[in-house]
Amino acid sequence: MRGLFAAVMLMGIYSFLGASWMLLLDAPDVAFTEASVGAGISTILALATLALTTRKAKTPARRSPLPLLIVAVTGAALVYGTLDMPHFGDPEAPASNYPHPSYVERTEHDIHVPNVVTAVLASYRGYDTLGETVVIFTAGIAVLVLLRGSRKRRPTGGGGEDAG
Amino acid sequence: MTDHTILRVVSKLLLPYVLLFALYVQFHGDYGPGGGFQAGVIFAAGFVLYGLIFGLTAVRRVAPARMVELVIATGVLVYAGTGVATMLMGGNFLDYDFLNPAHPSDGQHYGILVVELGVGMTVAAVMIAVYSTFAGRGRA
Repeated sequence: MRGLFAAVMLMGIYSFLGASWMLLLDAPDVAFTEASVGAGISTILALATLALTTRKAKTPARRSPLPLLIVAVTGAALVYGTLDMPHFGDPEAPASNYPHPSYVERTEHDIHVPNVVTAVLASYRGYDTLGETVVIFTAGIAVLVLLRGSRKRRPTGGGGEDAG
Repeated sequence: MTDHTILRVVSKLLLPYVLLFALYVQFHGDYGPGGGFQAGVIFAAGFVLYGLIFGLTAVRRVAPARMVELVIATGVLVYAGTGVATMLMGGNFLDYDFLNPAHPSDGQHYGILVVELGVGMTVAAVMIAVYSTFAGRGRA
């Protein structure tokens, strides 16, 4: 498929299906994130990129079997990895027993919020979330510097915005 | 896209509700699904919709690039500042219990609210900045 517009749309649909799947697994917080970030903003940014570049992927001069091989091997490795995974909903699964079910038991007493996900995210694991926020900060600044830096060097100059 | 009357009217009607929903997700995160990340993205989506329909200049008028950049940094500072505040009040970094020593669980409430606000600010501002920089490049 060489039509990049269709590729972006498929990516968005896939993301949205992923969000629905997460909702079926009783993980509304993850589903929410997937729907808004994956299906929403990512799709818009990909479309904005298409508007800047082109809608058609370039046809490679020579077809190489290497990418297909890499994808097939990686896919096979991932499928092989799922063989060892515990069954869906298995109470003996490590995810059900570790770090500790006590997060669920103690949140009510420690923090008094009904949403355990928020309690773990913002309080018990506050360091991690601070790190994630800093990652977003850094990534955002890096993208801004990259986009604006290359624009500055254009001989024609910017479109009049104060972006520099 | 300035000629599309239906799109303009509908998006103007929708915008307040998009932003309101973002604020709901932001501040109701303790009780329902959601939190700073999701709220930030939804808030930014409102700006993106505005930009798609009314043009980038209109977005820049509401959210000047300088201000958006400031909010990016402020969000991280709000988050880290909460940690420093708990340290000054005698606890560990990000130990919200000390925000209200008499009622530790209230302190946790405040801490989570403020910290999520910081996350939401950074996420929303980064998304708006990246989108408007992307969209602005095409016009150069």
